[in-house]
Amino acid sequence: MEILLQALTLQLGHNATLATLGAGMFGLAAGASGAFLVLRKRSLVSDAMAHATLPGLALAFLIMAALGGDGRGLAGLMFGSAVSAALGLLAVDWLTRRTRLTEDAAIGAVLASFFGFGVVLMTVIQTLPFGHQAGLESFLIGSTAGMLRADGLTILVGGAGALILTFLLRRPMTLVAFDPEYAAASGVKVRRIDLAMMALAGGIMVVGLKIVGLVLAVAMLILPAAAARFWTDRVERVVWGAGLIGGASGFVGTALSAVAPRLPTGPMVVLTAAAIFFLSMILAPGRGALAVWSARRGFGRKLRLRAGLLALAEGRAPSAEALAALRRAGFASAAGEATEAGRKAAREAAEDESLWARAREILPPEALTGRDDGATPLRAALTPDEWSLVKGASA
Amino acid sequence: MGEEFVRFSLAPLLIGVLAAMACALPGNFLLLRRQAMIGDAISHVVLPGIVVAFLLTGSVTTWPMMLGALGAAALSAVLIELVRRFGRVEPGAAMGVVFTTLFALGVLMLERANLGRAHLDVQHALYGNLESLMWLRSSGWSSLLDPQALARLPEELPRMAGVAGLMGLLTLVFWRPLKIASFDEGFARSLGIPVRGVSFGIVLAAAAACVAAFDAVGSIIVIAMLVCPPATARLMTDRLSTQVWLSLGFAAFAATAGYVLAGYGPIWLGGEHAVSAAGMIATVAGLTLGIAALCGPHRRRDEAGESQPL
Repeated sequence: MEILLQALTLQLGHNATLATLGAGMFGLAAGASGAFLVLRKRSLVSDAMAHATLPGLALAFLIMAALGGDGRGLAGLMFGSAVSAALGLLAVDWLTRRTRLTEDAAIGAVLASFFGFGVVLMTVIQTLPFGHQAGLESFLIGSTAGMLRADGLTILVGGAGALILTFLLRRPMTLVAFDPEYAAASGVKVRRIDLAMMALAGGIMVVGLKIVGLVLAVAMLILPAAAARFWTDRVERVVWGAGLIGGASGFVGTALSAVAPRLPTGPMVVLTAAAIFFLSMILAPGRGALAVWSARRGFGRKLRLRAGLLALAEGRAPSAEALAALRRAGFASAAGEATEAGRKAAREAAEDESLWARAREILPPEALTGRDDGATPLRAALTPDEWSLVKGASA
Repeated sequence: MGEEFVRFSLAPLLIGVLAAMACALPGNFLLLRRQAMIGDAISHVVLPGIVVAFLLTGSVTTWPMMLGALGAAALSAVLIELVRRFGRVEPGAAMGVVFTTLFALGVLMLERANLGRAHLDVQHALYGNLESLMWLRSSGWSSLLDPQALARLPEELPRMAGVAGLMGLLTLVFWRPLKIASFDEGFARSLGIPVRGVSFGIVLAAAAACVAAFDAVGSIIVIAMLVCPPATARLMTDRLSTQVWLSLGFAAFAATAGYVLAGYGPIWLGGEHAVSAAGMIATVAGLTLGIAALCGPHRRRDEAGESQPL
């Protein structure tokens, strides 16, 4: 527990601190730019890009080692992965536009064949005399253990750069994500913005490779945005909320993974984000599962109560469910007799019902769409103008 | 060549070909229904299922693992539907949320669990271990007639043959509903074909093929074979039956060529060590698709005179 607190307050040594900050910055950039991808319904393209980094990563290692350098320099590896991620993106784009294949097939094909070629190159590296120390496997599921100072700084700077680009491109990306036709009509180059959005996502995948690993990187684009959507409908809030959730996940997940051995960084970061997502899905007001469920229950109760009141007004026997609702509201005694308040409420309900019938006659149907739910009193459902219109017509 | 080939290469080669064909068959219908990414999702969620099965039974035996993997696939289908409904996100993103989360959970359990000597790690899950499925009891081609030697074939071979046969049988039996429901759901419904049932059946069959192949050859081959051969075949023809047959051919070709290139290619180039067969098979499958995309006769979307089903 104490060590967790130390990790969260950045007291586990200089390099661990850099890794944690870098992961937070990566999460921030991934969450914010991922929000645009999720809104544009293109999030899985970045999965293809993330998997397509592997051959570039391996080739960069081989070239750097052949040139006599240390094959493990993160900047060089990141450059190689960026090039092959870009090739993967172009391949998906080309297959989708030039052939009859749909995008999902193009994504699957590019993802599998680029990754497969990367695996071939990885086995080549393993057979080299110095290959066993390459440690490229850590890029599969991410690891910040033993990360160098320079690596941490590279990730921090890369994440900050991606965040700044997201900020600069936020307006055209919002337009394109929401209404591509309108965006095109108002002079935005939709295709170019789309490619920029994808390239930005690819860049972020590359920045995060060391932390979350290429298999899981796509999660940091999708999970924060999907979680943020439970809390708000406004685009800017989704974007920055997703950034916040992503940043927190990167920070907390990396700190957690430093606490004990065999807690791999990538899964810890992704599971932190997933925990936030599932909590949002259950707890968020308005849209969360609990809120939806209780609103549905409340509405059902209102419907039954209304049915009971109308039955009382017409002198019929209410159904068992409706009677229970009447009793709960104090409108009926335990024996099933209507109380004084119940008779009054029943009169009001009957009156309201006849007003509703009148409203349906004189108001245009579209004015009542979504408001005529069978439980709301007319007064609450109409605007003051409409109300006086109906009231006047039935007087 | 003879004796060594039979001992070291025959079984992996056959298993690779059978796994490729078993995945390519349901892949044809997933492709037409724009569900190609389902294979990707299934092959990720299989990992936690296998780890849980291992933790419960304490051994790496086939059936508990298959059941665990199928259970995980079913659970992920439920989760995807929940996320899609409550989260109001597109199916792709819902899938992405669920499969990455479950895969992360699987990796974490794998790292935390004390697996001892059990042969199970992340790399194995991704790449499989095709090369290790050797037939050590054989002594040349004549062993194919020797019941004792045959009994010691790697158990993955009969299993994969069974699954591939089952996929073929299902495709034959349900050909008509599969075809109609994949091209025109409305028409299928008017004929009284249970469209939702067909859709569910396709996903279930793909999951079964994935799970069986995953254990033997790893997830790269599974993902590649669900998508690449059917996509390649789709660029070659407009007829569904031709497409399915061609996809089987492309799958078998990729598995054979990939296996041979991985094993002998480096030696031809003057190297000493073989490279990953799984990786090479996926690479060949991708290259084949690339060639078809460049010059396949039906690669374009709008061809005059052809009715375009999709």
